[in-house]
Amino acid sequence: MAIEYQYPEYEVVRDHDRCIGCRVCERQCANCVHAFIEEKERMTADESKCVNCHRCVALCPTHALKIVKNAHTFRENANWSGQLIREVYRQADTGGVLLSSMGNPQNHPVYFDKILINASQVTNPSNDPLREPVETRVFLGKKSHRIERDGRGAILPKIMPSLQLKVPVLFSAMSYGSISYNAHEALARAAEALGICYNTGEGGLHEDLKKYGKNTIVQVASGRFGVHVDYLLSGAAIEIKMGQGAKPGIGGHLPGSKIFGDVAKTRMIPAGADAISPAPHHDIYSIEDLRQLIYVLKEATAYQKPVIVKIAAVHNIAAIASGIARSGADIIAIDGFRGGTGAAPTRIRDNVGIPIELAVASVDRRLREEGIRNEVSLLAGGSIRSSADIVKAVALGADAVYIATAALLSLGCHLCRSCHAGRCNWGIATQVPELTKRLNPELGHARLINLVNAWEHEIKEMMGGMGINSIEALRGNRLMLRGVGLTQKELDILGIRHAGE
Amino acid sequence: MIIDATGLHFRDLNDKIRGGGESIRIEHCLGQRYILSGQKGKKVTIAGTPGNALGACLNGCDITVYGNAQDAVGDTMNDGRIVVHGDAGDALGYAMRGGRIFIRGSAGYRTGIHMKEYGDKKPAIVIGGGAGSFLGEYMAGGVILVLGLGLEGCPLGNFTATGMHGGRIYVKKGQAPPHLDGRLTVGDADEADLAVIRPLLDEYAAAFRVKAEPIRKAGFYAIKPDTDNPYKTLYAAN
Repeated sequence: MAIEYQYPEYEVVRDHDRCIGCRVCERQCANCVHAFIEEKERMTADESKCVNCHRCVALCPTHALKIVKNAHTFRENANWSGQLIREVYRQADTGGVLLSSMGNPQNHPVYFDKILINASQVTNPSNDPLREPVETRVFLGKKSHRIERDGRGAILPKIMPSLQLKVPVLFSAMSYGSISYNAHEALARAAEALGICYNTGEGGLHEDLKKYGKNTIVQVASGRFGVHVDYLLSGAAIEIKMGQGAKPGIGGHLPGSKIFGDVAKTRMIPAGADAISPAPHHDIYSIEDLRQLIYVLKEATAYQKPVIVKIAAVHNIAAIASGIARSGADIIAIDGFRGGTGAAPTRIRDNVGIPIELAVASVDRRLREEGIRNEVSLLAGGSIRSSADIVKAVALGADAVYIATAALLSLGCHLCRSCHAGRCNWGIATQVPELTKRLNPELGHARLINLVNAWEHEIKEMMGGMGINSIEALRGNRLMLRGVGLTQKELDILGIRHAGE
Repeated sequence: MIIDATGLHFRDLNDKIRGGGESIRIEHCLGQRYILSGQKGKKVTIAGTPGNALGACLNGCDITVYGNAQDAVGDTMNDGRIVVHGDAGDALGYAMRGGRIFIRGSAGYRTGIHMKEYGDKKPAIVIGGGAGSFLGEYMAGGVILVLGLGLEGCPLGNFTATGMHGGRIYVKKGQAPPHLDGRLTVGDADEADLAVIRPLLDEYAAAFRVKAEPIRKAGFYAIKPDTDNPYKTLYAAN
């Protein structure tokens, strides 16, 4: 029989000259890595429990700690990486499906990094956003096909239900249950202050957060947790979640151990029972069925709320989006395969779906070719990491972007990718009271505001540099992009030229 | 108030219902969808055949249909009562959390998938005839009662209650239920079960003017999940 021991991935390096034995690291680590040896009056560490979340490092008052990658290694093998070998051991031990968190960490191409942005020189002037207005406001929803006028020629405004955002950024869906109440409160308050929206995810809407309704998107997923008419009416828009970039084609479940107290109440399910979201909505097996749910929601809310349909970016994304655009949806959200999650089977997270850059470009082109681009707005998500990614996503055809990993990083997440364990030392992906209180929603919401304000300014500077003064004029403006190191096929799908052309 | 639905688009019909009083009779209903979606506080009778998604997201109306109903009746229903003097289509009561649905005849595929319950909300579906395949898949709470009246064989289809992790499915005794998921237990309804079945059966009998006693005498099987955490051992943290 094999011996189970796996050498830890990380090493806790402690400078004992600096360590004062204050035991902060021990108290802060929910994974119980650190311990104090009384007889030696010295701290020690059990690295096998370490997830490299940096909580101890950040709080050590004397900077005595660092976490380094362990040099211990298997015999080098370009085919069988140490990670793969460890995963086989893990499955041979347990018989379990490998479960991971956050976005796909594999070394797949990041097209955003192979796209460069244009700027004006000589022949057209650039704008200075500090001096000249650059409009970042966007309206999401159906747009009228034609202008209607009354007898005297005045335009008759025919406003469809829409979402108005001050910047083309929304916080994407993360359920209460997968993240803490304090994280939700920080997102909701920041969304209100920024004039944007956050998304409840599928865990329902906590009653204390109802007051942020104008900046809330309420989600309807296959489990329909917490979904009832008051919930639908509470938000500014309703999102039907058909898929998620981190785990296309499968559902989700929040283990019963995370469902108690307000989480159970908000989901409207008994404490302790698993919250299972089936892979498909079992009332939706076709575009026609999707249309049916869209109209159920529209009827239930008197056509006041735009309906978003969120799908994962998969192979036939353009055809799927075309169907959704004809189903009555007002907005399509596309989630790329690098999108994050609170828990997903490792193999699915790392191998299923396609990059958002290719997906949004091909959907935008397909909808324009079919003359239905104005039937829907497009949201791009699934690893938008910076303001430059936003500018590129918009120029590839998105109306706005969803961000979540970046938002969590603002709240203190260190991307240790252990959300599924439920012991988030930063108080985000946990429901343990001693841990959730570590996230101060006041400070958290201020940091989110900082991030989005900084990105807004950078977006304006990039747009100004191109001589473009509104998001409207940037959307789908592929002439502003050039590829580097991409094949002709990749350039064709993105609809951009190579640098130098 | 009487609404003649002849030739009415569903939006116009629903507008009229919203604007109508507390008691409404819809006549000549022919396929209009989303009737009473999300509504509450009305007593509505429908003559004819309502379209898909009748009473979806229903929040507390009493609906009686004199005719058959189509797909997705009571989808994501939260409260209220739907009585159908006929058959119902597929995806009946999907993810319903509250209220009661009575179908005099049979229901189609995917009935009661992901029904759930919370606090005092315990949804119930009673089907007089049989149910199609996938009945009660992913069921997380509530009660489904299948009576199999007028049917020879087992009134359940294939893959009944797969992934069920809460609630109860009761079936009038007769031919043994088909092969069920290994995570389910099937046995005779006990006293606690019968206490749940009795009022539902009485309500069915009253709604459709049939005698409850002979049905009750036949006895019932109870299908129950053996855990409410079905996936606990499925994963290995990576």
